[in-house]
Amino acid sequence: MNKQTPLNSAHRQLGAKIVDFAGWDMPLHYGSQIEEHHYVRRDAGMFDVSHMLAVDIEGPGAAPLLRLLLANNIDKLQQTGQALYSCMLNPQGGVIDDLIVYFFRADFYRLVVNAGTADKDLAWITQYANDVKSTINAATKTVTIKPRRDLAIIAVQGPNALVKTWQALNGSEAASSALKPFSAAWCDDVMIARTGYTGEDGFELILPATQAEKTWNALLEAGVKPVGLGARDTLRLEAGMNLYGQDMDETVSPIESGLAWTIALDSARDFIGKAALPSSPKQKMVGLVLLDKGVLRAHQKVFTTKNEQGEITSGSFSPTMSQSIALARVPIQVAYGDTLDVEIRDKRLKARVVKPPFVRNGKILA
Amino acid sequence: MNVPNNLKYASSHEWSKLEADGTVTIGITDHAQEALGDIVFLELPQVGRKLKAGEECAVVESVKAASDIYAPISGEVIANNQAAADAPETINEDAYGNWLFKIKPNNVADLDALLDAAAYTKVAES
Repeated sequence: MNKQTPLNSAHRQLGAKIVDFAGWDMPLHYGSQIEEHHYVRRDAGMFDVSHMLAVDIEGPGAAPLLRLLLANNIDKLQQTGQALYSCMLNPQGGVIDDLIVYFFRADFYRLVVNAGTADKDLAWITQYANDVKSTINAATKTVTIKPRRDLAIIAVQGPNALVKTWQALNGSEAASSALKPFSAAWCDDVMIARTGYTGEDGFELILPATQAEKTWNALLEAGVKPVGLGARDTLRLEAGMNLYGQDMDETVSPIESGLAWTIALDSARDFIGKAALPSSPKQKMVGLVLLDKGVLRAHQKVFTTKNEQGEITSGSFSPTMSQSIALARVPIQVAYGDTLDVEIRDKRLKARVVKPPFVRNGKILA
Repeated sequence: MNVPNNLKYASSHEWSKLEADGTVTIGITDHAQEALGDIVFLELPQVGRKLKAGEECAVVESVKAASDIYAPISGEVIANNQAAADAPETINEDAYGNWLFKIKPNNVADLDALLDAAAYTKVAES
């Protein structure tokens, strides 16, 4: 029996095609994945992402714990509600998960982690929390790890997402009209974060599960269209954003996954995995735009003119660009503007190397 | 489910229609297009290619996935549908109106081994 989010019956009422995602019953689409993709680029769409897990880290030991666990540096977070994207690494420098950490107080942080890795993350974080408690000034550095399965998460994304959210949720405009991107505020017991996974402006609402259906319906009434995981994947790919388990995993360093910018190496701070990060990586992540007809897919082989090999990690058809795009891990010497061969079944097709993102705020960049 | 009675079906979700001139037109079923979702690319067999029943001979790609198409019966490809290749989304709109390719069958009687509408409906519903 798969797990269900608090919005499961709402999805079924809307005629969603439900699929298994990491052990959860989730909506793939509500009719047409491509139309849903366009809603988000042109107007406003919403996703149920309640399968992702919010984890509250509280206590005087919270900051020392996160300094140890995260490759990005939480000391960059100074304002209440500020958010930071980070990888959590294993000692070998591989990625255990990628997450967003929100700062509320020096002794209160909230992480939002992937659904498929949530149990593994919790075990990992708890193990080090015990270490932090025992080794760092045991008497004062208490830390509690609270998985918040009592919360739901609704992402409202698109050029009209903010205005339509304000229309749907009483008091949300006053609470969030001054919010900068990558920061969050509270409106009663709803956390409103100006974050997302689509390359468009928008909010992620983290709210009590008991309020999820009422909020979802209010957003529907304000003209926000439901969008499934199918379009979520093409939107994030156009936005050049990695998907955990596909573009990165425990066997590859974030440096070879296009995430060097998220690793804070500029201080004496030690963090798990730091010592193992490669100083001269042999591979890197690039974007590909297919010049011929066809569709790029994960695991297709990529070849340079010298026949050096790389591999596509995520590929699909881009509804915004009407051609196929991909993220690929390629030899380090590949440059933007190069043309590579991609092996698709028995053929080799041409693809141009670009710097992601492909699309941002409705505009084609690649 | 939309499964016309005048067609024959393969359990791999292709339909076959016997034309008056003895050729056979082949496409994918309405059930298949719905399962695939938005179709964005077709790879069709070259005219003149000789196909054996069950052979992979075309690919239908949706946003979600690539799906192989198998020759329902043996024969030689006599046409492929360039109009559908140029506008693959038309298969989502009308899977029976927008065919993929036509063959001249080695033996028209091979069609008898395929499923009728009732039998295919059972396969598709299972």
